[in-house]
Amino acid sequence: MSKKRAPSNGHDGDYVRAHSLWSGTLSFGLVTIPVALFPANRSGRVGLRMLDQDGTPLARRWCCPKEKKLIENDELVRGYPVGDDKHVIVTDDELAALAPRKSRDIDLRRFVKREELDPSLFERGYFLAPASESTKAYRLLAEVMEETGRAGVATFVMRDQEYLVAILAQNGVLSAETMRFADELRSPATIGLPARRPQVERAAVRRFARAIAAHAADKLDRRELEDDHAEGLLELVERKHKRGDDVVERPELAAAAEPHAEIIDLMEVLKQSLGVEGGRRAGPKRAGAPGSSGAGDRTSGRANGRKTPARRAGGKR
Amino acid sequence: MTKPNTTRSKAATTRSRATRARPAKATAARKKTEGAASEPAATRRRAAGQARDSTTAGRAIWKGTIALGRTPLPVKLYSAVEDRSVHFHLLHAKDKVPISQRMVNPKTGEAVPSERIRKGFEVEDGVFVMLDREELASIEPEASRDIEVARFVKAGVIAPQYYDRPYWLGPDGDREGYFALAEALRESGREGVLRWTMRKKRYAGALRSDGEHLSLIALRPAEEVLAATDVEAPPGRPLVAAERRMAEQLVAALEGPFDPGEFRDEFRHRVLELIERKKRGGKVKKLRPRAAPATSEGSLERALAASLRATAKERKTA
Repeated sequence: MSKKRAPSNGHDGDYVRAHSLWSGTLSFGLVTIPVALFPANRSGRVGLRMLDQDGTPLARRWCCPKEKKLIENDELVRGYPVGDDKHVIVTDDELAALAPRKSRDIDLRRFVKREELDPSLFERGYFLAPASESTKAYRLLAEVMEETGRAGVATFVMRDQEYLVAILAQNGVLSAETMRFADELRSPATIGLPARRPQVERAAVRRFARAIAAHAADKLDRRELEDDHAEGLLELVERKHKRGDDVVERPELAAAAEPHAEIIDLMEVLKQSLGVEGGRRAGPKRAGAPGSSGAGDRTSGRANGRKTPARRAGGKR
Repeated sequence: MTKPNTTRSKAATTRSRATRARPAKATAARKKTEGAASEPAATRRRAAGQARDSTTAGRAIWKGTIALGRTPLPVKLYSAVEDRSVHFHLLHAKDKVPISQRMVNPKTGEAVPSERIRKGFEVEDGVFVMLDREELASIEPEASRDIEVARFVKAGVIAPQYYDRPYWLGPDGDREGYFALAEALRESGREGVLRWTMRKKRYAGALRSDGEHLSLIALRPAEEVLAATDVEAPPGRPLVAAERRMAEQLVAALEGPFDPGEFRDEFRHRVLELIERKKRGGKVKKLRPRAAPATSEGSLERALAASLRATAKERKTA
């Protein structure tokens, strides 16, 4: 399988799998499609670092309040509070052992009408890229789901964690939206919202209908979804950077505070494995934005670099 | 591009969704309100469908006014998400004491008190532009109660990848107006794109109606989202009509209604059970993952046909 090149992208299945968050098979009936999972969401560009007065980047460390000393990661255990300052200790191995058996498979046993899936359920977005030289079964499923307006629902396990997931098809691409479980959503009744009275004044409805019509548009405008605060922060940073105002260089110390040499932008790998529409979304081009140059070379990073973006994308903030 | 995350905690497994570990300090407030000892039982009771105590569930987190039409509509915002994660504390293995977090200067090895900490933006590897409190305050959005309406788009126009946290909106006085907007919005088949400032942060959100109540789902900033419309489908030879027909039949055979209540976070429940067992001193068993072989190009049609036969049989026997 790895001898031939994938027709879609110039990367073989092994490359795609190795650089994905998760890889396994998507199956419906007896058809199994090897796929690799990539994040569709990434965290914002503008995280601030904490520095000492002289600009030295600070490291986050754990401290034992009893011994009043700093402790390392391997001296930590996870404890579940059971009252009276007591904890039940649960180890990594014990948690890993709870992960269900079928963890390499997304088995689509249920298809539903696309509109039945309330977006309130959607937690995080991912894309599924074909992870074999044959894309036929992938394209077949994507096309049929898209044309019939159907979505698949399944559960799957990624990194010791079970997810309820909706498999959607759009533009010939399969995506996976992890979904909140029903008991993770509140209803208007549990919040205590008033129920509607049987009669709503039609004149008021018409007034709102006109106002809605006045603001009707066919498309989304991405500018309305921009993070103004991030923009403002980046402008401020650029101004100060140009002036050389409050600029400190602490390369070795930055690495010491946060050892993370290799970062792979999984979104970049995804774009390589699927292709980007007209190349129009090349990421924000901005002088001074971190990583806005080096994303290409970073994708060639080592496997250990995967952990950072993978973990970030996998967890909830 | 993606910036390395600056906040990082222990091992990968402590960051998973249903089980989160954190220093004890952060959970202190929760501990007080819920009573830590009863939590596993409480979580299961709630999972079984009982309403949570209304003091936490029914509290509005913000108030604002939707500016649409001539009369502004005051609303209250409620979280629609119920946190069910199993919250662990991180403990020092040696003495089982909940640990706390310190920011340490790696040069001196000294913990730096919060009032001495400065903020900085990493413009390139190891190069920081320092920002002081006043500068950061100067770029904070102005506090406002206005919820601005940007546009109303047809349902389905917003790619699923944008949706973030859901909120319910409730009336804040004007019930007539609230229910009238909910009805008008439902009838329009559209959802609104709204913008507002909450807790010093700008938000965009989708205003939706289920016909009775209004909800608002926060939308992720554009630069954090890769939507399905941004990527291309994998290329390949045209699909065979016979295979397409069979795939359609198979999807139709597996179709059913969507009932979210049918699915349950088994892992979370197993974690809670494990905790209960360990509390009483029980044992744990191990399981292993396995993978299925891929369907090859040549056998795709056969696999489809066999699947159809299998689902047909299942239906007969069911």
